[in-house]
Amino acid sequence: MNSQLVLFEEEQKKIVQICDALHRDACAKAVFLVNRDGQMLANSGQTVQMDTTSLASLTAGNIAATGGLAQLLGEKEFAIQFHEGERDNIHISLVGQRVILVIIFDERSSLGLVRLRVRRASNELVKVLEQINAKAAQNPGHTVFDEISDEDIDNLFG
Amino acid sequence: MSFINYSSREINCKIVYYGPGLCGKTTNLQYIYAKTNPEAKGKMISLETETERTLFFDFLPLSLGEIRGFKTRFHLYTVPGQVFYDASRKLILKGVDGVVFVADSQVERLDANIESLENLRENLEEQGYDLDKLPYVVQYNKRDLPTAVDAGYLREALNPTNVPDFEAVATTGMGVFDTLKAVAKQVLIELKRGR
Ligand SMILES: Nc1nc2c(ncn2[C@@H]2O[C@H](COP(=O)(O)OP(=O)(O)OP(=O)(O)O)[C@@H](O)[C@H]2O)c(=O)[nH]1
Ligand SMILES: [Mg+2]
Repeated sequence: MNSQLVLFEEEQKKIVQICDALHRDACAKAVFLVNRDGQMLANSGQTVQMDTTSLASLTAGNIAATGGLAQLLGEKEFAIQFHEGERDNIHISLVGQRVILVIIFDERSSLGLVRLRVRRASNELVKVLEQINAKAAQNPGHTVFDEISDEDIDNLFG
Repeated sequence: MSFINYSSREINCKIVYYGPGLCGKTTNLQYIYAKTNPEAKGKMISLETETERTLFFDFLPLSLGEIRGFKTRFHLYTVPGQVFYDASRKLILKGVDGVVFVADSQVERLDANIESLENLRENLEEQGYDLDKLPYVVQYNKRDLPTAVDAGYLREALNPTNVPDFEAVATTGMGVFDTLKAVAKQVLIELKRGR
């Protein structure tokens, strides 16, 4: 069974810092961190005009489909994808089997630079993911739902 | 897999609409999209064939309001119902928090419904889920058609475990929100109970 992902302030901050640094160091337009179910964990850069929710869901669908292809071929996973456009390029990679790192960049950067910076950021992200797991293992029962009553849920649906 | 973000104060859940080809899964999402306030919804994405059959999935992000300062966000997905898209269906089911089975009430689709329901159970089991333990509701769609089978009969064939079920006409919206609310509520209750 899947365990639910719980993200606290402290780890969220670290994740955002890593994305910000990657955005800067890779000279990227935007950086996104998405979980495998298509939910956005963090983003950085020029994301205001972008439909980030759609982007997250399609990225997850893409990774899922590619993972399915890999399995058919007896590969464990295709960990990196790169799509080249006329203006913008997109680099997608799996981090720690659990989250997806997306970088959008144009001619101000290069694939080589992006690859290099992604490698470093991924190592840092893996550490934070381990912290998140450790925290979840420490206090498994604790969620916001301790404070939410059945009545609250009823009220939501009027 | 639900995702709780204490930083942005959000609860995120994934609901999947399942069922045989042409039963009306996409139509359910289209109706929900059309009738929801712009602030409460994101863009609806449909990855479909040229003949408007679902090819990979439909996706609709939806906010259903706040509980104790936490926004509840539901990601609604449909699977492609055509039999040969089974590999895609398995992918969409990953990380699911709640399932809606949309049945086609027409008499000539009875076998297709049963086959799809068995397929749902198998695909869930492959990923370690048990349909009987998941938040789950059934919708009998296309009640408006003259060849629609009696609902009691459908219930016997498709809902032996007596989960909440609803008669619907997805094209006019009858039963659509009742179905959604019922599964969303079950998902939240299940989260509260803790898995
Ligand atoms: N009469 C009637 N037609 C309906 C109803 N719901 C859906 N339809 C029609 O049935 C057809 C198929 O609907 P879809 O929503 O595309 O079906 P689907 O389940 O998404 O099909 P796949 O994507 O192939 O799995 C469309 O022409 C709909 O307009 C209903 O309640 N009554
Ligand atoms: Mg469809």
